[in-house]
Amino acid sequence: MITLTINGQRQTYDGDPAMPLLWVLRDRLELTGTKYGCGMALCGACTVHVGGQATRSCITPMSALEGKVVTTIEGLAAAGQEHPLQREWKAHNVPQCGYCQSGQIMQAAALLASVPKPSDADIDSHMAGNLCRCGTYQRIRAAIKAAAGSNV
Amino acid sequence: MSATPRISRRVFLGYSFSAGALIIGTRLVPGELFAQTVAPGAAPLWQAGVYLGIDVDGTVAIIAHRSEMGTGIRTSLPMIVAEELEADWSRVRIVQAIGDVKYGSQNTDGSCSIKDFYDAMRVAGASARTMLEQAAAAAWKVPVGEVAARNHHVVHSPSGRTIEYGKLVESAARMPVPDAKLLRFKPADTYRIVGKTVALNDLDDLVRGKGTFGIDARMPGMVYAAIARPPVLGSRLTRVDEAAARTVPGVQTVVRLAEATPPYVFKALGGAAVIADNSWSALKGRDALKANWSESPNSVFESASFRQKLLATVQAPAKPLRVVGNVDAAFAPGARTHAASYYTAMLAHAPMEPPAAVAEFRDGKVVAWAATQNPQEVQTSVADALKIRKEDVTCHVTLLGGGFGRKSKPDYVVEAALLSKQVGKPVKIVWSREDDLQFDYFHAPAAQYLKAAIGSDGLPAALLMRTAFPPIDSLWKAEEQYGSWQAHQGWTEIPYRIANLRVENGPAPAHMRVGWLRSVASIHHAYAIQSFTDELAALAGADRVEYLLRLIGAPRVIDFGAEGVSGWKPGDVKHAFDTARLRHVTELVAEKSGWAKKKSGAGRGFGVAAHWSFLSYIAAVIEVEVNDRGEVSIPRVDVAVDAGTIINPDRVIAQFEGAAVFGASLALMGEMTAKGGRIQQTNFNAYPIARINQAPRETHVHLVASTAAPAGVGEPGVPVIAPAICNAIFAATGQRIRELPIAAQLKGARRG
Repeated sequence: MITLTINGQRQTYDGDPAMPLLWVLRDRLELTGTKYGCGMALCGACTVHVGGQATRSCITPMSALEGKVVTTIEGLAAAGQEHPLQREWKAHNVPQCGYCQSGQIMQAAALLASVPKPSDADIDSHMAGNLCRCGTYQRIRAAIKAAAGSNV
Repeated sequence: MSATPRISRRVFLGYSFSAGALIIGTRLVPGELFAQTVAPGAAPLWQAGVYLGIDVDGTVAIIAHRSEMGTGIRTSLPMIVAEELEADWSRVRIVQAIGDVKYGSQNTDGSCSIKDFYDAMRVAGASARTMLEQAAAAAWKVPVGEVAARNHHVVHSPSGRTIEYGKLVESAARMPVPDAKLLRFKPADTYRIVGKTVALNDLDDLVRGKGTFGIDARMPGMVYAAIARPPVLGSRLTRVDEAAARTVPGVQTVVRLAEATPPYVFKALGGAAVIADNSWSALKGRDALKANWSESPNSVFESASFRQKLLATVQAPAKPLRVVGNVDAAFAPGARTHAASYYTAMLAHAPMEPPAAVAEFRDGKVVAWAATQNPQEVQTSVADALKIRKEDVTCHVTLLGGGFGRKSKPDYVVEAALLSKQVGKPVKIVWSREDDLQFDYFHAPAAQYLKAAIGSDGLPAALLMRTAFPPIDSLWKAEEQYGSWQAHQGWTEIPYRIANLRVENGPAPAHMRVGWLRSVASIHHAYAIQSFTDELAALAGADRVEYLLRLIGAPRVIDFGAEGVSGWKPGDVKHAFDTARLRHVTELVAEKSGWAKKKSGAGRGFGVAAHWSFLSYIAAVIEVEVNDRGEVSIPRVDVAVDAGTIINPDRVIAQFEGAAVFGASLALMGEMTAKGGRIQQTNFNAYPIARINQAPRETHVHLVASTAAPAGVGEPGVPVIAPAICNAIFAATGQRIRELPIAAQLKGARRG
């Protein structure tokens, strides 16, 4: 039995301890905002926070999560509120298809939490693990910089 | 019915009408208009066969019948309806259509959603507005000419009376439907929605992880399936050991799916399917299968030797597609000539969401929820595979996590439906990234040969052009080796005025499923023509932009049909190539990029390319830097766009920003290869796509203001990117890139 906290709620898990967090979120908890893209931590679509760190849920087994605090895109902002990144993502009309954007936002949120005013180089190196096939990168960069100007 | 994903209900079952609502729409076939009131307890809107409804509370519901894969079409088409309706956009609800022929084509492909449905959407909106005005005039007993619709109300200016749309609905619904030919449309200078930046309908959902994609759709009681498919197209499962798979926790059973036989079209490929409680178990179980496969005639497919074969094919005379004058005479001994061959690698679509669907077969009928670009093709393909009627297949359309052409082929939905029939439960089909890359409908590898005789003015007096690539047509006719429409796309449609021109297509067999990828044959054809143009300009010592403009020549409208180009009807002026518009975007991009002041050299270079596709005129100037390790970076892209009338400018700009990344990705690093008929790349480590630190750093999109008919915007941004990058590389290094991807070709290149 594994006990952890997901989006502020205590959850217990008694399934295959090797199952990656991604599939528990998606198939069991129906938290489908976290996406599958590669299964090998190559694309960042599955990014969540574990203990505040950006983490690829597709390669994170449940066995590694005893007592951990997990935040997904659904829990990034409190109900009825929005994270500054979500606000700027909308202001800059970042998403095209939108599929990778949960992962992009979660990755960016971890960046701003550790580097409140990131440079272009900071953004490039921190966001390089998150693929967007639609090619929204320049708006992602602009939205992160705009959010960095506000209280995160 | 069970097809009601919990989280999807809000998105897909968005609206049911009150009794007395006005529903109006345009049937595209046969083009008649109709209005009707919904009887009490009637079915929800999407079964009503119309594009637009207004409820008694004033809520406007607009059907989005095309698929949303990132272009914004789910927002842009309804904008046109709302504009002509003079509606308050905040009171519009967008409802996604199921697959149904009554909506006209739903095949969201070919960059034609606005082009093909602009008129229908305007007619739907204007018809309803007219009926509301008539209803108000009748109620007030004033001439209809004295009233006007304004922002969700009808206004009678002389008396100052206004009435809200919702209050007029019941009487408007009884008005005769106006003759579409007599409708008054809004003057463009009164537009409040069209031509303005409108946020995606789904924007808030998308930043909160609430959008429902195919991979997110659920049905009660569903199981998950992953399939071991034939690793070589045409190979068959000879033996499978299921023992290890069955011990994987969560695996329920293993079932066989018959292998597809040619022609492959959109059939399920077949193999052995693992049925499980969840996605992870299905994938783990599938990987634990020990399968043996037969050889196939396609086991001969080796990318390295296939490349040689294509390059040899374009050296030999081939099927003529367009002949002007006599190139052979111009190539007589003593003539000054220049020739070059180009090659582009096989590509995969790799949408971030792999193919995804859930389907249930029950009582002889199928209900599916799918990330599909073409729900009517889902109906057809599923019906064919299960030997049921097309009308007995219901296809709900989710959001698509990218499409790029992959999701217009519904093989994955067929898999889900076939498996559901076998196991007696709804089946969610799980495609891993490995599945997506290995079992794609690939953009074919392609080769071109161009040879010019150069006149005393430095321009080509004669041009021979040959192309060869396995055609998409092989999906329907396996032995087909010629490209039909793809051989014309961006190829016979060359706009240059050249006295002697010969355009040919050579044969190439298909050993894989060939599909259409964003901008299709224009990818390789624009690359070859625009690279060769740059080579000729260099030989002439000319400014590249000036040379390109001289080749495009004096403004004229080219009637390809009159020139005997196959696929074109003589006199088709609406779709004809207006070279003045290509000149204009070329001049515009030169101006906006500051071309005249650009100085290439020392590892920094500027390149230009122009191309016409999907009826849009595009030109790009790209800046590259090549470092001492031969790595290419792209600081800036300028692209000028004439796509006719623009509905949602910010989404059009976004398409061209994205196309610059897509084009740079395929130019810099896009390559799929086969060995022994098997695809060698299985994930993003082997098939890289451009990341934030590799993509063009800034793309500046310059839209031409136009009242011409709307043209495509999803695809036309891609073709100019690769040649403009390669032309910039030549300017930076003196090295010609005649094969894509660029990859490590510049290792050791001089800089400047």
